[in-house]
Amino acid sequence: MELLDSKLSRRRALTCLGAWSGAAVLWSVVGGVPRAYGKATDKDSARVSGFTFAQISDTHLGFHKEANPDVGGTLRRCIADLNALPHAPAFIAHTGDITHLSKPAEFDLAEQMLGEIRVDRIHYVPGEHDALDNGLSGYLQRHGSQGNGKAWYSFDDHGVHFVGLSNVVDFEAGKMPTLGDEQLSWLEQDLAGRSASTPIVVLAHIPLWTVYEKWGWGTADSPRALASLRRFGSVTVLNGHIHQVMQKVEGHVAFHTAMSTAYPQPAPGAAESPGPLTVPAGELGRYLGTRELHVVRGKSLLATVDRPIAGAADVAGVRS
Amino acid sequence: MKRLIASLALALPLALGFGWIDAAQAAGPATIEIDQFKFGPNDITVEPGTIVEWVNHDQTIHNIIVPAARVSSPGMDTGDHYTYKFDAPGDYPYLCGLHPHMTGVVHVKPRA
Repeated sequence: MELLDSKLSRRRALTCLGAWSGAAVLWSVVGGVPRAYGKATDKDSARVSGFTFAQISDTHLGFHKEANPDVGGTLRRCIADLNALPHAPAFIAHTGDITHLSKPAEFDLAEQMLGEIRVDRIHYVPGEHDALDNGLSGYLQRHGSQGNGKAWYSFDDHGVHFVGLSNVVDFEAGKMPTLGDEQLSWLEQDLAGRSASTPIVVLAHIPLWTVYEKWGWGTADSPRALASLRRFGSVTVLNGHIHQVMQKVEGHVAFHTAMSTAYPQPAPGAAESPGPLTVPAGELGRYLGTRELHVVRGKSLLATVDRPIAGAADVAGVRS
Repeated sequence: MKRLIASLALALPLALGFGWIDAAQAAGPATIEIDQFKFGPNDITVEPGTIVEWVNHDQTIHNIIVPAARVSSPGMDTGDHYTYKFDAPGDYPYLCGLHPHMTGVVHVKPRA
């Protein structure tokens, strides 16, 4: 096991960040085990071998408030970093809130901008901001083909089974979001015939574990989904929604939430509300970018980091 | 300052009406402010025919879902308003369709 000194890692992160205020997480699948790397351009990512993909989340195109008046600019920075990777990712996984207001112009802008990433495919799951006014119709018009008109789907790539889920519609008052019976039944059928040794990666916008119920940061019926995943030896759940990195491991299931490319949100319970966090001028990038990530050699899952990362963490010097 | 004036305008009929918002005699609709992911007030009683207005002061978007009235507002960006006229007596729980932990209720009943 080799862990980069956390102080060094943090110092490096602060040094490297500069005006950076967006981030993409680079994932590599080595021996069937997904591993997260830090900021996409971190030199450690040059050591990535095998199958890689990148995660982008919460681009919120259309947001233009105090917390970040230029979400297009921060996304462009993120795209540039991805395009500068020495090993291009096989694809991008966008974990929702592509747009801020579900406007057609915002979806169009997202398609144009994300199309500049040098990958041949992007897999999306919807966020609740992509489901305004006319539900998921705008989202599904653009990204519904993979699920034959549904917002959930699966596909296989390099021996990994990927599942995209939707937990952003039909909200009930005072309750956390749900996946719903129809989708859960589909998930159970989708997984039923697969070998337990198949690595599984699940994409969903809202966390599939309860990060903070008071703010709705969880999925009420996720236990049923997790029950169908539990028999697999390697399950990685990638979420967005909370605009910060958090990690948790339960058995063979590792949960990860991602940074937004648009604006930060407070750590769970650290503010009166989960609204966009306005940080002092010049510190937005550092606020979003600081991250510490630990990978332990020989473990089938990422080490548990079951705590809020209230600050920043962009470059996590990851070695394994 | 605008928010303070709006709050005072709301507080006055509440104080006089013991929880009632008497929109029929007010200059404008009964107003519910959205601030810090909360509805204020989040429990109001109005007479039938009252127009209720929600005003979003948050930096992010909200919308209003009133299941019993089959109402779903468009997304409300900062400063946006949404109004709905409550004609039929009854209790109308509502929520933000983006943040379901944000809830409130409008009671509609004739003044005794």
